[in-house]
Amino acid sequence: MSNDAPVKKKRKFELDPRLAAYKGVWVFIEHERGQVHPVSWELLGEGRKLADMLGVELAGVVLAAPGDDGQRFCHDAFAYGADLCYLMESPVLKDYRNDPYTRGMTELVNTYQPEVLLLGATTQGRDLAGSVATTLLTGLTADCTSLTIDLENRSLAATRPTFGGSLLCTIVTLNYRPQMATVRPRVMAMPERQEGRGALINARIVEHPLAMAEESIITKVLDYIPDDSRDKPQLPFADIIVSGGKGLAKQENFQLVWDLARVLGAEVGASRPVVQAGWAELDRQVGQSGKTVRPKLYIAAGISGAIQHRVGMEGADCIIAINNDPNAPIFDFAHYGIVGDALQILPALTEAFRQKLATTRRAG
Amino acid sequence: MHSVVCIKQVPDSAQIRVHPVTNTIMRQGVPAIINPYDLFALEEALRLKDKHGGRVTVITMGPPQAEAALRKALSYGADEIILVTDKAFAGADTLATSFALASAIRKIDETHPVTLVFTGKQTIDGDTAQVGPGIAKRMELQLLTYVSRINELDGASGTITVERRAEGGVQLLKTALPCLVTMLEGTNEMRRGSLPDQLRAARHELTRWDRVAAGIEDVTKIGLKGSPTVVNKVFTPSPRAEKAEMVTVDSGRPADLAVELIARLGQRFPVVEAELARRAG
Repeated sequence: MSNDAPVKKKRKFELDPRLAAYKGVWVFIEHERGQVHPVSWELLGEGRKLADMLGVELAGVVLAAPGDDGQRFCHDAFAYGADLCYLMESPVLKDYRNDPYTRGMTELVNTYQPEVLLLGATTQGRDLAGSVATTLLTGLTADCTSLTIDLENRSLAATRPTFGGSLLCTIVTLNYRPQMATVRPRVMAMPERQEGRGALINARIVEHPLAMAEESIITKVLDYIPDDSRDKPQLPFADIIVSGGKGLAKQENFQLVWDLARVLGAEVGASRPVVQAGWAELDRQVGQSGKTVRPKLYIAAGISGAIQHRVGMEGADCIIAINNDPNAPIFDFAHYGIVGDALQILPALTEAFRQKLATTRRAG
Repeated sequence: MHSVVCIKQVPDSAQIRVHPVTNTIMRQGVPAIINPYDLFALEEALRLKDKHGGRVTVITMGPPQAEAALRKALSYGADEIILVTDKAFAGADTLATSFALASAIRKIDETHPVTLVFTGKQTIDGDTAQVGPGIAKRMELQLLTYVSRINELDGASGTITVERRAEGGVQLLKTALPCLVTMLEGTNEMRRGSLPDQLRAARHELTRWDRVAAGIEDVTKIGLKGSPTVVNKVFTPSPRAEKAEMVTVDSGRPADLAVELIARLGQRFPVVEAELARRAG
């Protein structure tokens, strides 16, 4: 959405009867190389709540090539909350490509008419969402941090950061269907997997063909080179993260963050200004334009807590904030606050945690 | 070889401040810059021109002051700049924006056939990454998003081979020209403009297109009318129900603070205590 869009007053609203026929909440089940992206399950968890609020069914949408395990993905989707799945299988759906996936998704939407369509804000989900929304001429809200239903008019109220992450805004799509939204990985909690749920509720798979010949598709996949992920930081799934911000004053002080992380066996995160200053690599940036994390423990040193950082880490079970400014916004949502100089507190914490772990080790 | 690069003028987000009382954006004094992600697209277009010849046209849709961003692009070496500006575009969301830009690029194509359309990965103010795919679909161009490298461009056969960032790896894709590429960040480094280009940037005549010049007849497709999404409210997040528990000690010594914090942590957050025990074991 454009940030300059004026804020319209909420008004009584009557949905076009043709669009009122659109029912149900859909989640795009994204997969690559035989693996479903976990954001799809997170979205099913969120989609379940929306579907229950609307009193409609929750569906997973699987586009795949025969032999891609599409059936298995559907059954996994049932275990994570879907009532049914739409399965479209075609050889042209081997490997993600914009054209056949856009065509397939558009055709499913036009045929079965969902009112809400959610996708992960990944390279695949964003590529597809933007294309499908434009093809269908409907509204799409990117990178939402919370979703709910305005029961007055059954519209999806999607909240996301705006103005570079300095404010939040809530966006609705009134007279268009489906209402589309993307959500970044780890923003929503992972729902519990319920084995056998599909059989229990008699979940069904609706198969739908895609009439599209390979010859008609212009873009070809020549190769796929998997990442060597061994040396890459794995922030999104880390259980403990120590993050540093500009309050550390100098690049060499960032070493104090590393020292504490090493003792805790934690990953190292960083605020956007720190990454922009080159103190830490881009893969370590936590926040709206970086990674979203959900650790058990998040220690923020010298980070003020701007909205764009907050939306990336407020899903942590426990947040400890160290900042020399008692009015820093981070104290509004941290669980523990220490007002003080991070350059002194960090080494003290490193030592205290070292002793704590050593004591536990001896006792255990 | 003719590349059209779409850019956006954005406020430097590092300098945006929110008014502490009214919770509104304080725009005064915030410098406007070319969206940093767009510079990777522009540099890539300039490199293709260096190698294959041809021209680079830079286009933006925005208010009159966006001219500054276009002149900056000229100073880097762009050949032509077009400002698409009209009050009728106000309030456009990404769908309406992509309609207007696609129409303007078609207009460019009539006089100088377009080989490639470039956009950045996303903007730093809207962060949607939707306008690039939107333009591609409107123009029925092949879409290559998150491109980290252009490996080969063959003008004779009209094909392009690129590396595209996927979630767990890189896709090597080949497609036909014309197409639309959204460039990934960090893939190149913007050049310093030459002195002649910098001089030219100041003097060069700006092409300014209003709605009609951009070839748009249907006003229901642009601006607020052409935007399915509506912003219902803008707000700051509320603090957690419980305020942060502030940890203090009488001695004020960091070492004592650390010990006190860890002791309280264990009592209130068994999940953290268990995680620490796991690491100790």
